[in-house]
Amino acid sequence: MNTAIKTRTITLVQAITDALDTMMEEKSEVLLLGEDIGKNGGVFRATDGLQEKYGEGRVIDTPLSEAGFVGAGIGLAVNGFIPVIEIQFMGFIYPAYEQIMTHATRLRMRTMGHYTVPMVIRAPYGAGVRAPEIHCDSTEAIFTHMPGIKVVCPSSPYDAKGLLIAAIEDPDPVLFMEPMRCYRSIKAEVPEGKYVVEIGKGKKLLEGDDVSIITWGAMVPIVLNAAQEMKEKGVYCDVIDLRTLYPIDNEIIADSVQKTGRTVIVHEAHATGGVGNDVLSIINDTSFLFQKAPVERVTGFDVPVPYFGFEDHYLPSEARIIHAIKKVMSF
Amino acid sequence: MESQFPILQIMDCNGQIVSPMYKDNISEDFVKKFYKQLLRIRLFDRKAVSLQRQGRIGTYAPFEGQEAAQVGSALALEPADWMFPTYRDHGAAFVFGHSLRNILLFWNGRNEGCVPPNGKRIFPPGIPIATQIPHAVGAALAEKIKGSNHAAIAYFGDGATSEGDFHEGLNFASVIKAPVVFFNQNNQYAISVPIEKQMNTKTIAQKALAYDIPSVRLDGNDVFIVYFETLKALERARNGDGPTLIEAVTWRYGAHTTADDPSKYRDQIESNNRREETDPLLRIERWLKNEGLYEEKWIRQIETDAIQEIELAIAEMEAFPKANPADIFDYVFAEPTWQINQQKEEYLRLIGGEAK
Ligand SMILES: Cc1ncc(C[n+]2csc(CCOP(=O)(O)OP(=O)(O)O)c2C)c(N)n1
Repeated sequence: MNTAIKTRTITLVQAITDALDTMMEEKSEVLLLGEDIGKNGGVFRATDGLQEKYGEGRVIDTPLSEAGFVGAGIGLAVNGFIPVIEIQFMGFIYPAYEQIMTHATRLRMRTMGHYTVPMVIRAPYGAGVRAPEIHCDSTEAIFTHMPGIKVVCPSSPYDAKGLLIAAIEDPDPVLFMEPMRCYRSIKAEVPEGKYVVEIGKGKKLLEGDDVSIITWGAMVPIVLNAAQEMKEKGVYCDVIDLRTLYPIDNEIIADSVQKTGRTVIVHEAHATGGVGNDVLSIINDTSFLFQKAPVERVTGFDVPVPYFGFEDHYLPSEARIIHAIKKVMSF
Repeated sequence: MESQFPILQIMDCNGQIVSPMYKDNISEDFVKKFYKQLLRIRLFDRKAVSLQRQGRIGTYAPFEGQEAAQVGSALALEPADWMFPTYRDHGAAFVFGHSLRNILLFWNGRNEGCVPPNGKRIFPPGIPIATQIPHAVGAALAEKIKGSNHAAIAYFGDGATSEGDFHEGLNFASVIKAPVVFFNQNNQYAISVPIEKQMNTKTIAQKALAYDIPSVRLDGNDVFIVYFETLKALERARNGDGPTLIEAVTWRYGAHTTADDPSKYRDQIESNNRREETDPLLRIERWLKNEGLYEEKWIRQIETDAIQEIELAIAEMEAFPKANPADIFDYVFAEPTWQINQQKEEYLRLIGGEAK
């Protein structure tokens, strides 16, 4: 009965490739579309080898036309396929914004479920890799704002594979954000074959009784470093990786916050209108009376993500996170 | 359709003048003026690639092979015209008078890199594909409304012609007869995607037919045809006759950017072989030799001058003050909002050390 599960030690980007491969193998309806994803294997090599394996009919190098291929993805999806679309960098998703916002998100509702859009849009996001401007946006909030699309953002190879498989199996459109700076910086054991990480569920990464830190994506390693540093000073953090930004796991937030009474929310995106505000409102709704200190937010500033010469100033740093932890502790 | 848009040339790969009409224009001084600019930007481009390899600048987009398209078009502009380059057109911007120090600062991740010298109307490099095309139309329309005779030029690649912004820009310009030149460098690849997979049409020039805009297809490695055809298009713009689409057929020898590996998607030996045949500088050297005007000494001299100019700009870039964190807050609005002010204050206090 106990067949040992085989695992491989791989990077986050390899876990993405693995998920795509697993699902293409299992379902002939899964198609990949995007710029440079064929022969080139994607600019981050996330689709490396897949065109060779599955052919040009299933791994399609598209013209440079995000509105065109995301719109076509909707058509493919209503007509029996499961398109998994790569946007080269999240900062280049905006030409497709109209297709996502006005069609992908609401086709199910408009047709009372007659037409649905089981499509996945993968988008590498985030600063901190010295990429040119606009390659570094972290604009998840403009998508979580629109009902009808789920927004997922893994931070580890294991979650990346399991969540991407779940996204491909999800009957609704999913925006799958990939933290660029984690693509190759972390390696971990990932099971071979198919497994699923449930969309909508966060994960506890560190157990502590003093402060809840709620974060996701590329901020996870930085938060863990800050939490480690605080541990040495005798402050124990409960670190939660939300993993899904819509729908948010309100239970994991409430459980943690009700235990610690002190919360720091950390995200890379701008503060105003950021997903952190939704976390705050969940805390308000579920755990108001447990609070021992006002919630602190450590976020990107309300300024366009600057060029990389300034990005260390823009990005939440360990120092800023520690400052916030001390603030909630000493309130 | 391809036959309707033959590739025009003045000087062929062997350095022969094939368009007798221009024979009188092609004097020694004239040719040398172009050669000097071609060499200048080639040396800059190679230096920038090596700076990137040494970690002295970030990811860089090389244009080697495309010098003629950039030099020919930029030299056709009048100083008061508008330029809307992409991330690959810093050669054109440099020739048009952009500050080389700032171009380098751009590739070093600094906002200052987007600031053109005083009086020069050069937009920051277009990063999202094709989005600068409608901007050029707007700037050109403004000139038209003001009654000036200035024009705008928008640069873009072959891949850009697949985006909606390209089509929307051309259509609008056509309707309002904007004094704009749409300058396409067809280097035949959009990163890894060859033109056959980008579009079903054999030419980019023919796309203008849909908008009833005049268009031409040129040997983009022949700096002279690029120059004279851009000049013609600009004249048409200045005369109130509206936009033109120019397709300059060219080639990039190297990678899309320093983060890209072209051997994944094309035969680099074949790419290098093109150099022998079609290189924009080599053909001029051949012309000079044919005419008995080739002087090693003159070439060494302009090379030395260019290297000096480039080294000076690098020194200025490297001596530039460290990024000032206040800058990311101070230029978002004319008057910062309370949110930005509050965030700035807290952050500066924190890095000032008080919080530690
Ligand atoms: C809207 C948008 N999508 C994707 C990208 C990523 N990208 C950068 S350059 C490029 C290829 C551009 O090809 P082309 O227009 O032919 O210009 P070239 O790079 O060859 O000069 C792509 C896909 C982008 N910058 N903007």
